[in-house]
Amino acid sequence: MQQATYTLSSAICLLAMTALSVQNALAETETSAAKTPQSSAQIQQQIDTMKHDYDRRLKRMQKHLKQTQAATRTIKPNAFNPAISLVLTGLYASYSNNPDNYTLPGFALGNEAGLDTEGFSLGESEITMGSNVDQNFYGQATFSFGNEKGNTTISVEEAFFETIGLPHGLHVKAGRFFSAMGYINGKHSHAWDFNDAPLVYRGMFGDQLKEEGVQASWILPTDHYILVGGELGNGVQYPSTGSQTGVGDWVAYLKTGGDINLSNSWELGVSHWQAGDINKRQTFNPVGADSIFSGNSKIDGLDFVYKWAPNGNPLQHNFKFQWEYFNRLEDGQLTLNTTSLVSSYAGHQSGWYAQGVYQFIPNWTTGLRYDRLDSNNSGNNQSVLDQAGLSNTHTPQRTSVMLSWQASHFSRIRAQYNYDESTANSDNQLLIQYTMVMGAHGAHAY
Amino acid sequence: MIINNKITAFMVALLLMSNASPVFARLNIFACEPEWAALSRVLGGDKVKVISATNGAQDPHHIQARPSLLNQARQADLLVCTGAELEIGWLPILQRKSGNPKIQVGTDGYFMASNAVSMLDVPTVLDRSEGDVHAMGNPHIQTDPNNITDVAEALNQRLQLVDPDNADSYETNYQHFKQRWLQAIQGWEKQAANLRGKRVVVYHKGWAYMNDWLGLKEVGTLEPKPGIPPSSDHLADLLKKMHKHPAAMIIYAAYQSSRAAHWLSEKTGIPVVKLPFTVGGIKGVDTLFDLYSVTINRLEKAVKQEHK
Repeated sequence: MQQATYTLSSAICLLAMTALSVQNALAETETSAAKTPQSSAQIQQQIDTMKHDYDRRLKRMQKHLKQTQAATRTIKPNAFNPAISLVLTGLYASYSNNPDNYTLPGFALGNEAGLDTEGFSLGESEITMGSNVDQNFYGQATFSFGNEKGNTTISVEEAFFETIGLPHGLHVKAGRFFSAMGYINGKHSHAWDFNDAPLVYRGMFGDQLKEEGVQASWILPTDHYILVGGELGNGVQYPSTGSQTGVGDWVAYLKTGGDINLSNSWELGVSHWQAGDINKRQTFNPVGADSIFSGNSKIDGLDFVYKWAPNGNPLQHNFKFQWEYFNRLEDGQLTLNTTSLVSSYAGHQSGWYAQGVYQFIPNWTTGLRYDRLDSNNSGNNQSVLDQAGLSNTHTPQRTSVMLSWQASHFSRIRAQYNYDESTANSDNQLLIQYTMVMGAHGAHAY
Repeated sequence: MIINNKITAFMVALLLMSNASPVFARLNIFACEPEWAALSRVLGGDKVKVISATNGAQDPHHIQARPSLLNQARQADLLVCTGAELEIGWLPILQRKSGNPKIQVGTDGYFMASNAVSMLDVPTVLDRSEGDVHAMGNPHIQTDPNNITDVAEALNQRLQLVDPDNADSYETNYQHFKQRWLQAIQGWEKQAANLRGKRVVVYHKGWAYMNDWLGLKEVGTLEPKPGIPPSSDHLADLLKKMHKHPAAMIIYAAYQSSRAAHWLSEKTGIPVVKLPFTVGGIKGVDTLFDLYSVTINRLEKAVKQEHK
């Protein structure tokens, strides 16, 4: 109340001062008129201009006064709460093959890799909270609720802080986060253009590469955008594993991109991941035997994204092309879980996908994707490789089409069909997914 | 080890390059919309280097956070944007990833034009079923030139705060601009006096400030809800409404699709007006002065058509 009175009195003061200055200004105009032969029309115009200006100021002050009074009445104890958004996703999946027997020949699957549950299932629903911590840091955490064989699981998808106070284009992030390796890896899966991960992500990263550690990047002071960065991780997250006491894995990456013209833009990325001392990494093979790998692993990646939006306006129509390629080299020892049979193992796997997504009218998007994998693994005991699903018997590939309806920024229903030749026995897959976003309106990266 | 040495050498070389690049004394301004770029150029003169993140053909709600924008955000000394959540879909990510402490929320380099004006359409009900509502009010403040006066005053103060060495220059530019601007507004208001009370249909709720300024009466929107594209059901309803109480004109911004507006016009004979919405929205609209001259001229033309 005191504050309101204060504001009121100061506003009255201001009004009085304004009135005074109007008078002064008018007086000045009069005297100057006496001295110099100005036309009366000119003087009239000056007076009108001033009147208009002070009129406007008075109006504004009155409005501000009202606002201030209103503001003093509102108490907002939750004003500093972080921005919260809740993402609900759910899926209907139908397969012609038994999804429990899904494999990718030449790639032993691990982590979250595999097909989604057949029928209706709750996808990964997420709660994200994020906010500037202070003038130096931003913090964000995403908790995901999933469904594994009928049990609800809660996991910490991401929990990190990052700097906003470092100068010269420097940026540091620490905690658990999606690695900057590749293009879609850094994005949450609900922001992907298809319902499932590209085969190469499924085969190499178990859908997505997480890091627990620290990331540093630097935007070069050049006219053209170039970003270099690196990550040091604890090496616990797939495709590394085990309890590491120091740096278990690391990533180096470079991204560059720009505008071709108003309507066309692009980004290119090169990345490298490496883990020197993988200790007992678990992979599974439902049609053979689960296996354990120990040794070292390196992945090189190349990614390219091109976007078209007429005059830079993506609302009516837009098109996006993306392509990613990864190449993995592994060296170590492979042990079968069941029989403890051992083989030396030299893995060489590669894969890529290309996809185009087109918004043909507002709210409707369609897309086409093609996936392909290759492997050339070897070891001194071929039957161990065969059992683990690592023999080079088949070249997995997949073609997907997608149609998506977004009623607003916040909701999406998407149907996707895969002609999946992951194994020699081809599979027809239908996936229908909904995504509902509530709460804070998140900003999207390129 | 050799690789590590090479990497180190590369990094050192890059650092040297960055130090060797010429240092520009001019203040780097990152304007989110063309109207603020234009205003920054007028007030900043030769003391500033201005880039506009968007052009007149773009919808400022929906911009992709492109690599080129990230690079420009990294180099900015001052952000001049609308605020009021207009840029919420892309600006926060540019700020966070820019590695530039000068443009973070709350710093001197963070200038939001909407803070300088009194907002209209501040919603009393915040619910997404109402469409893409802006909690802080309608962000399209540039459709009333009186708001430009307010923003110019605030921006002048901010420029002097961020770059005190050139304070005199900014003040001179501002005084000069203000004088011309207030006169121009009077001219426009005189010219547009006959528009008062005219009923208008708009594409998007983007004209609240202009309507308030010129006394136009908004009687319908082509979008069923803010940010939701026109649907056939909604347009049919609007058509019925127009048959009963026709509007004087249908207004859409240059960056928006003209289809729905023309459809309604063909059915009703109500003239369609394409307005620039911002500097560069229509060819020949190169300054803030052009923006309102062209806007008023086009509105006037439509009123004459109506009387035929």
